[in-house]
Amino acid sequence: MLDCGLDMTSTLNFLPLPLVQSPRLSNLPGWSLKDGNAFLDKELKECSGHVFVDSVPEFCLPETELIDLSTVDVILISNYHCMMALPYITEHTGFTGTVYATEPTMQIGRLLMEELVNFIERVPKAQSASLWKNKDIQRLLPSPLKDAVEVSTWRRCYTMQEVNSALSKIQLVGYSQKIELFGAVQVTPLSSGYALGSSNWIIQSHYEKVSYVSGSSLLTTHPQPMDQASLKNSDVLVLTGLTQIPTANPDGMVGEFCSNLALTVRNGGNVLVPCYPSGVIYDLLECLYQYIDSAGLSNIPFYFISPVANSSLEFSQIFAEWLCHNKQSKVYLPEPPFPHAELIQTNKLKHYPSIHGDFSNDFRQPCVVFTGHPSLRFGDVVHFMELWGKSSLNTVIFTEPDFSYLEALAPYQPLAMKCIYCPIDTRLNFIQVSKLLKEVQPLHVVCPEQYTQPPPAQSHRMDLMIDCQPPAMSYRRAEVLALPFKRRYEKIEIMPELADSLVPMEIKPGISLATVSAVLHTKDNKHVLQPPPRPTQPPSSKKRKRVSEDVPDCKVLKPLLSGSIPVEQFVQTLEKHGFSDIKVEDTAKGHIVLLQEAETLIQIEEDSTHIICDNDETLRVRLRDLVLRFLQKF
Amino acid sequence: MPSVRSGWIQGLCSLAHHPSALHFLADSGAVDTIFALQGDPSLFVASAASQLLVHILALAMQGGASGSPISEAAAWPICAQKIVNHVEESLHSKATPQVTQALNVLTTTFGRCHSPWTGVLWGRLSPPVACLFERDPIPAVHSLMDLLLSVARSHVLNFAACGLWEMLAQTLSRLSPTQAGPLALGTLKLQHCPQELRTQAFGVLLQPLACILKATTQAPGPPGLLDGTAGSSLTVDALLSSKSACVGLLCQTLAHLEELQMLPQCPCPWPQVPLLGATVTILRLCDGSVDPSSSMGGRLCGTLGGCVRVQRAALDFLGTLSQGTSPLELVLEVFAVLLKTLESPESSPTVLKKAFQATLRWLQNSHKTPNCSDLSPDALLFLGELFPILQKRLCSPCWEVRDSALEFLTHLIRHWGGQADFREALHSSEVPTLARQLLQDPESYVRASAVGTAGQLSSRGLQATSASPENPLAQQGLLMDLMHILSTDSEGFPRRAVLRVFTEWLRDGHADVIRDTEWFVATVLQAVSRDLDWEVRMQGLELAQVFLIQAMGQPSLHCPYTVGLPEATSPRPHPEFLQTLCRLPLFEFAFCALLDCDRPVAQKACDLLLFLRDKTTHCSGPQEAGDSPNSASVEAVLQRWREGEQGQPLGDLEPEAMLAILRSLDLEGLQGKLAKSSDHVEKSPQSLLQDMLATVGILEENEADCY
Repeated sequence: MLDCGLDMTSTLNFLPLPLVQSPRLSNLPGWSLKDGNAFLDKELKECSGHVFVDSVPEFCLPETELIDLSTVDVILISNYHCMMALPYITEHTGFTGTVYATEPTMQIGRLLMEELVNFIERVPKAQSASLWKNKDIQRLLPSPLKDAVEVSTWRRCYTMQEVNSALSKIQLVGYSQKIELFGAVQVTPLSSGYALGSSNWIIQSHYEKVSYVSGSSLLTTHPQPMDQASLKNSDVLVLTGLTQIPTANPDGMVGEFCSNLALTVRNGGNVLVPCYPSGVIYDLLECLYQYIDSAGLSNIPFYFISPVANSSLEFSQIFAEWLCHNKQSKVYLPEPPFPHAELIQTNKLKHYPSIHGDFSNDFRQPCVVFTGHPSLRFGDVVHFMELWGKSSLNTVIFTEPDFSYLEALAPYQPLAMKCIYCPIDTRLNFIQVSKLLKEVQPLHVVCPEQYTQPPPAQSHRMDLMIDCQPPAMSYRRAEVLALPFKRRYEKIEIMPELADSLVPMEIKPGISLATVSAVLHTKDNKHVLQPPPRPTQPPSSKKRKRVSEDVPDCKVLKPLLSGSIPVEQFVQTLEKHGFSDIKVEDTAKGHIVLLQEAETLIQIEEDSTHIICDNDETLRVRLRDLVLRFLQKF
Repeated sequence: MPSVRSGWIQGLCSLAHHPSALHFLADSGAVDTIFALQGDPSLFVASAASQLLVHILALAMQGGASGSPISEAAAWPICAQKIVNHVEESLHSKATPQVTQALNVLTTTFGRCHSPWTGVLWGRLSPPVACLFERDPIPAVHSLMDLLLSVARSHVLNFAACGLWEMLAQTLSRLSPTQAGPLALGTLKLQHCPQELRTQAFGVLLQPLACILKATTQAPGPPGLLDGTAGSSLTVDALLSSKSACVGLLCQTLAHLEELQMLPQCPCPWPQVPLLGATVTILRLCDGSVDPSSSMGGRLCGTLGGCVRVQRAALDFLGTLSQGTSPLELVLEVFAVLLKTLESPESSPTVLKKAFQATLRWLQNSHKTPNCSDLSPDALLFLGELFPILQKRLCSPCWEVRDSALEFLTHLIRHWGGQADFREALHSSEVPTLARQLLQDPESYVRASAVGTAGQLSSRGLQATSASPENPLAQQGLLMDLMHILSTDSEGFPRRAVLRVFTEWLRDGHADVIRDTEWFVATVLQAVSRDLDWEVRMQGLELAQVFLIQAMGQPSLHCPYTVGLPEATSPRPHPEFLQTLCRLPLFEFAFCALLDCDRPVAQKACDLLLFLRDKTTHCSGPQEAGDSPNSASVEAVLQRWREGEQGQPLGDLEPEAMLAILRSLDLEGLQGKLAKSSDHVEKSPQSLLQDMLATVGILEENEADCY
């Protein structure tokens, strides 16, 4: 199984979970059907013209119906965003396999999960809504609830116990490490340049190679650069995790982010940045480190609020081997690879586990707050939205591309604060993909259907799709696709003692042949030719032999023949040996030599020779020997 | 050594001014050497050799064919024949460099010589030139086009008779769109050109934009460019063949059209509306907001998406198109596309700069009523949307963007700072505050621009926090801020900008300056006199000059050709004013600058002192220069300064002593010396001789091409 991401956009249908009692959210009117029927008013609330589910947020799980996940042997994880559904898979499906991931992926994935669990668990909500999921009722609801798919499979967030159990099934791997899977294939993680520890995977046998490219970046940010060279010579390249905002250039967006941040703060407003606790935030802090002095923002406090803020900032500094070259070399100076260490040291950046506690004592405005969750449905961000939403001096800047910012803002309307959308998605765009494909030249590309056509909102943008030759094979949800290659060959090893016994014969310059008599031993998808057992001694006792020791008797082998028979010379030889009245007929496959006198027929074809004579074994043997003169034996 | 070869050619060039030199050149074999030098690895030498050939040819023909032209080239002087034969031979050559050399000689000949013999020359050489067009590929296309245009500009030839127009027309239709562009532009610049050919040439330039319109307009749209003309398939191929071809063709076309619109030969009627439509469309293709109606449009969208080069060229042309009259709906489209470009996070700093420039031009020209420089209502609406964007740009992390935004803002204020609607729109934004904050920007260019903007805001009474006249302290704050920058900023640009602002303030009688002008000038001069940047010192002299003109009147005109109009006699400077000049100390500053190691500063100081001397002629006392012991000590100090002991003050001097020194100095002589360019020493024969001697001493040829 390649990755197991969690679709969190389902949470946008739920009301936010405020950290502090919010009169506004708790007094929302219940929703009733057009005919006035109000039986759903406990579950659904109306807010600014939208209807939300008043319940603990739920998540949309990966497809579990199509295959029996208990039969999955291995899960390969490409980055920490793509493992958020892991506890659902490992704990509730009977999964008994192994999960492979790099160390930063696991550690930061743990932080993301921990934050998620913390955000949800610290605001306990007794109510759980399920009535609205009834299909007959769902179709009566307004959009987008009406159109939500697979609502019956939506699940509440997992627990920390489940997270720990899921993570214990992960086996850590390093870049370029070769991992044998049951002898059938070898998998190797390669740096994908997108996030700390993010990987692309090579899955290969001796004769076939499949690359799985997911969430890769060619930009120079903090992670180790993408390893493109190792992707060459792939039979199939499975491509996914491209940028979600192909029209937005990350550099431009970072500029936009800084400009709007400075503009707001200079006017005395506060800036709220809903974000994940790891990833782009490191780059943003680095940009701000360079920018704040020049923009005259040195006295503005930056707050990073997350239950895992401290761990995230600390972890980033210790994964030196997973960082880009510049940052790696800093470690040897020794200096912290990320400049946020200096920001923390100089008190420009402060981090807190939550708004409660120390933060409320230190809090000073105007300020910049980085906090989660980007969906604006849970986490400390909900508090700041409620607190700052009423003033037009403040700004919320969206940098994470995973959620529609308009949908995220829906339960906060009417909103006076300014909203800026600067999605920073460093993953591959279509121009970079086409360059990558030209570089690595896979025989076939397999990708989601969405990448093979322009985005629906920009149907004319032919540049916003994958353009490669041969055209990419696309797949859609729940579609079964046969990859366009067959395993034709298997590699077989020859034991050294057997190899020693071979006597090759050169049949053509540069080509030697040898016959091999051996036992093919196959175990764990490995094939080995072993020397044949010595002829068995007659059993000394009358004990019945075990079946497994039953080795087929080795017959005396006839030599193998090679070469071709030149007909004219053959006829001459026959004449020399006293045969006369010889006729030669050409056939489609070769020749027929007729010995009319002897009433015998010699059929010479490319790969066979038949001597047909009437019960005259002596004649047949004579003729056979004459034929053999022209062939080589070994 | 290339400089020696170059010098040799220059020497021959000087020699070739004398008709008698012709025999020497012909007999000595120099012409053959010049032929060889045409292929010199140094482009300067090669070019000079070609020009020398033209010079010799003209000299030979001048001597040999005085009066009517010799119709037979065979009867030309031998030297001329030799050159022409060489050129003809080269034209037949298979090697492109040789063809290029021949074409260059011919191009220069027709460009320089307008005697009747050039007609005979063209008659002889036009067949081999025409043959070049038959080759595939055509060799030296650019030189060929230059030749055709050079011939077409000649006044001597009867073009109809010599078939030049046909040749031009054929060439225009044969060349690829990218190659034909420069020829089309050159053809349109010709003064006597048949209308048919002009139409064809203009068509070449319009074709790429017509293709763009066709690919993106919902059929059937309004009449576009070149409806129904054939031959666009080549252009379409060029546009679609590759990204670089498409970008190259569009950039070239846009630049040519921009140049054309500025010329008197600009075709009339000028298709303003379709051109504007096409340019807006190109910008939209670049920002991805066009919904193309055809597959070609789709491909163009992919090719041009985010293409900075095309965006820049289109914005330049868009700015030029502001001079024409356009329908309101199209003007609004222009404003919309400009806003989008200025707003887009994807716009690169260079694109933004061009967008600011284009915006300024459209604001200046959109719906301008004849006697009103006010902004149109549409422009005001546009400004309402523009200021928030400008705010954001002033906070950009990219210094180039902050810089362009400030420059743009300065222009806006200069043009419309007095208009009430504009002032209101500006005041309702945070722009003035942000601009003032940028005085502390870490980037010196930005600080310099911020100084300009703050000065302009202040001149117009639009300063950030102290907009109200009842708060003069804040206003004074800007003056002090600028003084601080002038005396402490480590970079030259902000200091230069401060002086420009101060000079403007002084000229315009800014309230802070006229409050105590003497203190102002004294403080500035004190700061400037210590400055290490020569431009700052020069600006300081400019400020001093403005100060003097205000007190003493405009300088008198010395132009020998002007009729001496009855001049209002300038007021004789008050003796107290002269005392002031000594106290400032303006005299000391100017004398010091006169000996400045940077020539422009010394020149400016010389002009200033000449002006002062003229204005004080009538103030001279009875004593002659040198009479006063005081002036003797001044002269002694000046002498020591000349010897490099600067830093010693002149001391407190009386005006009389200053005037005496002024009269004693040979300012005119100094002005003449300073007027000579700094390379007059390097160009002297002595310098060439030194080069030659150096060459003799150097065994290995020095490839460095200094000339």
